[in-house]
Amino acid sequence: MLGYYLDLALRSLKRNKALTALMVLAIALGIGASMTTLTVLHVLSGDPLPGKSGKLFYPQLDPQDMDGYKPQGEPPAQVGWIDGMALLHAKRARYQALMTGGAVPIQPAQSAIEPFFENARYTSADFFAMFDVPFLYGHGWNAADDEAGARVAVLTRELNDKLFGGKDSTGQTLRMDDVAFRIVGVLDSWRPTPHFYDLMTGSYSADEGVFVPLTTATDLKFAHNGSTDCWGKGFSDNMKTATCTWLQFWVQLDTPAEAAAYREYLLNYSREQQALGRFQRPPNVRLRDVMGWLDYNKVVPSDVRLQVWLAFGFLLVCLVNTVGLMLAKFLRRAAELGVRRALGASRRSLFAQLLVEAGAVGLVGGTGGLLLALAGLWLVRRQPSDYAALAHLDLPMLLATFAFAVVATLLAGLLPAWRACLIPPALQLKSN
Amino acid sequence: MQIQPILAALRRHRLATALIALEIALACAVLCNACFLIANRLAQMQVNSGVDEAALATLHLTGYEAGQAVDLNARVQAGLGRIAGVQSVSVINAVPFGEHAGTAGITLDAAGKHFGGVVDFYVGGPGSFKALGLQLVAGGEPQADDYRPLNDFIPDEATVWVTRALAGHLWPDADPLGKEFWMGKSHFRVGGVLAHLVRPSGGEGGPDTVEWSVFVPAQPGASLAGTYLLRADPRELPRVLRDARAAMTKIAPDAVVDTLGSQTISDLRQDYFRPDRAMAGMLVGVIAALLLVTALGIVGLASFWVAQRRKQIGIRRAIGATRSDILHYFQTENFLIVSGGIVLGMVLAYALNLMLMTQYELPRLPLYYLPVGALALWVLGQLAVLGPALRAAAVPPVVATRSA
Repeated sequence: MLGYYLDLALRSLKRNKALTALMVLAIALGIGASMTTLTVLHVLSGDPLPGKSGKLFYPQLDPQDMDGYKPQGEPPAQVGWIDGMALLHAKRARYQALMTGGAVPIQPAQSAIEPFFENARYTSADFFAMFDVPFLYGHGWNAADDEAGARVAVLTRELNDKLFGGKDSTGQTLRMDDVAFRIVGVLDSWRPTPHFYDLMTGSYSADEGVFVPLTTATDLKFAHNGSTDCWGKGFSDNMKTATCTWLQFWVQLDTPAEAAAYREYLLNYSREQQALGRFQRPPNVRLRDVMGWLDYNKVVPSDVRLQVWLAFGFLLVCLVNTVGLMLAKFLRRAAELGVRRALGASRRSLFAQLLVEAGAVGLVGGTGGLLLALAGLWLVRRQPSDYAALAHLDLPMLLATFAFAVVATLLAGLLPAWRACLIPPALQLKSN
Repeated sequence: MQIQPILAALRRHRLATALIALEIALACAVLCNACFLIANRLAQMQVNSGVDEAALATLHLTGYEAGQAVDLNARVQAGLGRIAGVQSVSVINAVPFGEHAGTAGITLDAAGKHFGGVVDFYVGGPGSFKALGLQLVAGGEPQADDYRPLNDFIPDEATVWVTRALAGHLWPDADPLGKEFWMGKSHFRVGGVLAHLVRPSGGEGGPDTVEWSVFVPAQPGASLAGTYLLRADPRELPRVLRDARAAMTKIAPDAVVDTLGSQTISDLRQDYFRPDRAMAGMLVGVIAALLLVTALGIVGLASFWVAQRRKQIGIRRAIGATRSDILHYFQTENFLIVSGGIVLGMVLAYALNLMLMTQYELPRLPLYYLPVGALALWVLGQLAVLGPALRAAAVPPVVATRSA
């Protein structure tokens, strides 16, 4: 039956090419615009570590003095050295890592490459295991290296390609800021989007190229990138004692029970510090998981959300337009439908026939919309924003485009099809 | 033209009429708000930086040893001064539309209890005030002894110049001259008020804060080095900047020129507003597509009606209606439907604006957008219906005698 309806639909669509083209164009433009913006939103609000992000938590404490105190206000977005190290050494979670961003001058051994600055991440050892970072060669460093302030480094695949032509460089020496580091590992391609573990250095910016232990970087006074928030005595040369927050601390907690226990631990830690006189404010902690942390920080740019709103407004106009055109098309065929009714077709089968026609329009419109979305994304990639390069259509969004186009057109076809089915057959036959 | 028969005919096509009206209403709502968003972006891009953009360029050096900073300043200032066409070279920490360098919170009392807001500090060496071309509205220019040595990134005690916008925020009802404020331990006294000076990377607290800038005169030193302000004749500026960059390999071989950060202020401004231009371009695209789809929808439905009423048109023509009667009939019909849509559309436009206001930093939609949007849609409707209406007017009276 479907084949017959499809045949009828194609004949009918061919009969009035202009009207069909108008409907297809409207659907294609609406779907193209909304899928372009939806794809950008989908890429930007995606889960950076699918399957793992629900187990990763970002603890926050409030170590500030009483100036500007508001009960249960948001605690600082980062931690300081003393609290960070205390939580790190307490090892209350499965994995924990303390980190911050920076930039280091790299002095390649080959004279062919000029010295250059590379973004770096200064972190403790669990970073690699906790975030499931894939290794191409070698491995990360361990807690003993952290304690010792070892001169070890891990490179990304891109930096390894640049410096060593992609060969296994573990064991080799890399000079950074006049200090020799031993390369212990090379990462495979890895770019979690958004850059969730440190939103201070750009939510979608390209990642750092080199990783070194936080203790080593702090001892060598490597340049720090990101935000530093101070109070009281504030900023000083020795970041280990300054009353500033400048580090990100992440933990992995596998079950809700562990998360609840960790929260309790953070409260206890705050109470203990308050009793010691280090903390002045009442205990005030947060423990958000990855998606919660991204939501709280509103990482998706507001322009992107605005574009989605606009595109859907546009799609709505296109759909109303299609409803009108389809109504015109179906009612024009009242005579033909009257004959089919008189010959015994039920309202239901007429309705099905008209919806198949609407669906066919949707399918063709969806194809056009897909092409327009690809063109739209190409335009987005040429835009000057740090997320531009990420705007690509993946398979789920590709299938969603077709499903969306067909469903939208079927919905648009419901009203005209229903109206067309209401026509009494006798009246149509008589008037002819 | 009699409206009564048109309304009677429309009543028999209630659904199709309602659909066109609804489409017009939605288009009106999106059109008004998209135009308003474009106007907002354009207004933001028109911001007055307060400096002589066309005559200024900046040169940013990195990678030098901290101990070399004082020596570097001397070498660069002397070396660049020798380039033909350079009017002045001064040391500064940041320039409008460049990287921000001195962003900090200030307080209106020494104890730090009364928070004034987060502002940007422009710390400039001798000559920079004049080079920037800042306009004074109160007080005088910095004198030689106003340029104090630095502690960290700012002097401990300084006479400073604030913008009119910042002065109005900090001391709404008082004369700002001589007023004091603090940033941590540093203590400042207002020596003059500037007409305009935009913050390097825009306002953190929304559009009202883009001019919360403070100019601090200071002696160049270890922590005020590496960024230089070049002033030259606007026509010669690109060549001067090229020469200056090239000269750096001789003047400062120990430093790396940050090419992205070393540009004319006009180019930095272009780069700074590029995302806004892209967004405005996208909005124009949406508007064009929207008008196209709406016009095509009207053409489609009007053509259908003309085809459906061929016989009635023929009868009207046969009993004495002229071609222009038929033409006017369809034009009036379109005008009535579009008017209905516009009434609904104005309400929708306002509702959409209220919704956008809760999500984004947007002001209320000015009322004059509504009649302008309405006029645009009326014109669009008339243009779209013209083709089908002309076809209707061309129907010969003889059609009346034929059976369908």
